[in-house]
Amino acid sequence: MPARELVVIGGGPAGLSAAIEAKKLGVEDVLVIDRESEPGGILKQCIHPGFGLHVFKEELTGTEYAERQITEARDLGVEIMLDTMVIELTADRRILAVNSSDGLLELKAGAVILAMGCRERTRGAINIPGYRPAGIFTAGVAQYFMNVEGYIPGREVVILGSGDVGLIMARHLALEGARVKSVVEIMPYPSGLIRNVVQCLQDFDIPLLLNHTVVDIHGRDRVEGVTIAEVDQQKKPKLDTARHIACDTLLLSIGLIPENELSRMARVEIDGITGGPVVDQNMQTSVEGIFACGNVLHVHDVVDWVTIEARVAARGAAGFLRREKARRASTVQVTAGEGLRYVLPQKIDLGGELEETQKFFMRSLRPMDRARLLVRSDKGVVMSRTLRSVRPSEMISIKVKREILEQKGHLEISLHEGSERGA
Amino acid sequence: MVDVVVIGAGVVGCMIARDLSRFDLDVVVLEKEDDVGCGTSKANSAVIHAGYDAPPGTLKAEFNVRGDAMFDELCEELDIPFRRIGSLVVAVREDDMKELKKLLERGRDNGVSPLRIIGRSELLELVPNITSKAYAALYAPKAGIINPFELTIALAENAAENGVSFRFNSPVVDIGAGEDGALVVRTPHETYRSRFVVNAAGLFADEISRRAGAEPYTITPRKGEYLLFDKAYSDLNVVVFPTPTKISKGILVCPTIDGNLFIGPNSQDVEDKDDTSVTSEGIDEIIRGAKELIPDLPLGKVITSFAGLRAVSDNNDFIIEASRKVKGFVNVGGIQSPGLSSVPAIGERVVEILREEGLELKEKGDFRARRKRIPAFRELTNEERERLIQRDPAYGYVICRCETVTEGEIVEAIRRPVGARSLDAVKRRTRAGLGRCQGGFCSPRVIRILSRELDISPLQVTKGGKGSEILMGRTKEFIEPDGDHHAS
Repeated sequence: MPARELVVIGGGPAGLSAAIEAKKLGVEDVLVIDRESEPGGILKQCIHPGFGLHVFKEELTGTEYAERQITEARDLGVEIMLDTMVIELTADRRILAVNSSDGLLELKAGAVILAMGCRERTRGAINIPGYRPAGIFTAGVAQYFMNVEGYIPGREVVILGSGDVGLIMARHLALEGARVKSVVEIMPYPSGLIRNVVQCLQDFDIPLLLNHTVVDIHGRDRVEGVTIAEVDQQKKPKLDTARHIACDTLLLSIGLIPENELSRMARVEIDGITGGPVVDQNMQTSVEGIFACGNVLHVHDVVDWVTIEARVAARGAAGFLRREKARRASTVQVTAGEGLRYVLPQKIDLGGELEETQKFFMRSLRPMDRARLLVRSDKGVVMSRTLRSVRPSEMISIKVKREILEQKGHLEISLHEGSERGA
Repeated sequence: MVDVVVIGAGVVGCMIARDLSRFDLDVVVLEKEDDVGCGTSKANSAVIHAGYDAPPGTLKAEFNVRGDAMFDELCEELDIPFRRIGSLVVAVREDDMKELKKLLERGRDNGVSPLRIIGRSELLELVPNITSKAYAALYAPKAGIINPFELTIALAENAAENGVSFRFNSPVVDIGAGEDGALVVRTPHETYRSRFVVNAAGLFADEISRRAGAEPYTITPRKGEYLLFDKAYSDLNVVVFPTPTKISKGILVCPTIDGNLFIGPNSQDVEDKDDTSVTSEGIDEIIRGAKELIPDLPLGKVITSFAGLRAVSDNNDFIIEASRKVKGFVNVGGIQSPGLSSVPAIGERVVEILREEGLELKEKGDFRARRKRIPAFRELTNEERERLIQRDPAYGYVICRCETVTEGEIVEAIRRPVGARSLDAVKRRTRAGLGRCQGGFCSPRVIRILSRELDISPLQVTKGGKGSEILMGRTKEFIEPDGDHHAS
């Protein structure tokens, strides 16, 4: 079985960023395996701008962002194996992959970086009643058809869910001459970025109906319309508010799910909230030598953060490859308290490498105009910050000083509405 | 002039066609949809019942027990998976025991064996997470599970290999008697003269019978809704029924042959024979029902919901007989549960009826009973995979990542006799798109392959037949030139 030094599974922005960084850190043999015919992952279909402001300090389209990374990776000598599907991964880092030219490939990796990204939630996950005709697409699939294949999925469109891909698609469909009749969101606030609500809906006079959902899909062969209704506080549709919207297409932008089938195969511990692996500050999972970054770990709002996270994973993997054996010392558990959905990384390995400050990523449970973020250790509150216009769609990041982490024990981060400290 | 026209390419029609293909006959199957098995055959509980449900003396009882006994050999010949995992009817309420004893007795009258009542401890061994209220169960260890559309497709393929002709998009619009005593069957595009017509039109069998001037009866569509769960969340290995009520066997919790878990069906008479819509009340009902058996269902891991329609006849039994009014016309109607379990016995009986009615049956010398399934990459050993990829590199290219379906399998599904011509048809033959992402990853790729293999534009590729085209145009096609530019 051929031995490879570092194998990165997935050649999207996370995988490419990690591979580039690993090369720069001196890892000689870096192999990226991707199942598609071109690297770049989901960025290949992101022809809109808004990428790269943090990493490249200029605004790029998704495809430009990918292009730069692909070029850099190839210049640095990263090997990218395409049209190849990894079908097995074990905890001792054996990889089974398949493609048409080599058949089955078995590899033994010194370290593995998981960068498989995420998939879209489908209709089944939220049990929308009605028929199952043609014309129901997840927003990302519709985007693929339009931007990669050059086909339009529909002329009269309703979009369920206000995730970013759905918002981007609303604008794109409008520009293509399709009519986007409504974006329907079950929550009282949009789930995508504010800038996308403004630029993709408001600028195109596309109505956003908050506290609404689709309660029925009509049409046996092709979608002929949907029934929408307002929901009450328990998210139950109020049937007296039901109304019909004629359309030929329903796009779903109802969330993304980290794709961790391979991680589970390797017995990597999965966080029930993020849907991705539990990691330490080096993005190392519960399985030694297996690291994770990008949307496989938690769903990101902006690709730049993916790149930054992937660099951390690459440093972790490079460090792991240099050492004979990982030092696993005591760990600090980091948990999300009130007001937060999750915090990442979930643990700090005090035996591992520690920077002067450690960055934590988190998402709020609900929008807050003004909020107090508190970090508590076993000794009480050790840090606090005031935040403005917190949105669940936008990642919050904070830096915590090393001294605080070295106090050991347990760390809880929480978010409290208003400027005063919560009770 | 043909010998037999079979109306309907559901599991019943395909079984009859396959049984007739043993003989030196011209057989044509007419199907209104774009593929085989598009009605009741594709959306049902997929259980081969032991045969204790139907009252002794009914056709249901007789054909269920006979059919069940024929399944092992049939599935072996057709190379399709069939597992006798056993079924349980679980007693929860006090009176349920009375019902279990009645079913046990009925089962013995019908000739079902083995069949016994087990207590809670044995029940717990079979289903560790069964409700704490369950105290006993009727256990039929030989009840089986199967993939009903795979069965239908295999039967059709085998029939076609043995000379049966399948005509799709061919609804029967008229049946009448010709001058020479033959029956004349008309579809919108074709006319067939045939000595015999077998009506296996499922939900529409009553309309076909009426159109032919044969005995009148009514088929009522009775809807059943289902929820299907992600494969990763099931270790159930037995079919779990509640104690039945008068109208239905109740909402069950059951593994599929492919390893998913499903719950359902409820039971609701509907007006419309095409009403396979899922309702929120229905979903609530089946969740409630299933939780009475297994309270800790992984409800967050539902990947899809669907509904099927049972074809319920007036007398609540199968109608399998030659018409006394129209010479040469044979009705096979009202095939609802245990219809799937009865299918091999129904085929056998229909051949017998045709013989009695004067069809001469001469066995073909070159009948091939065996059919090979499409190799399923996900189920093969690594050595088998290597060999397959060496033979055809398309088996090394994974198209559906959830179910690990390769391009080779999809191409094979399209090129076979009675091949796939739509996304759903590919899904039913290969499982591409049946997994947790429900086609998100693979559907654009499958569309590309269908377009290439069938030599049609991607715009013509459908989800499941005409009218269900997936894409609506090329980009830039819809943009209306605005006034200013137009003027310049």
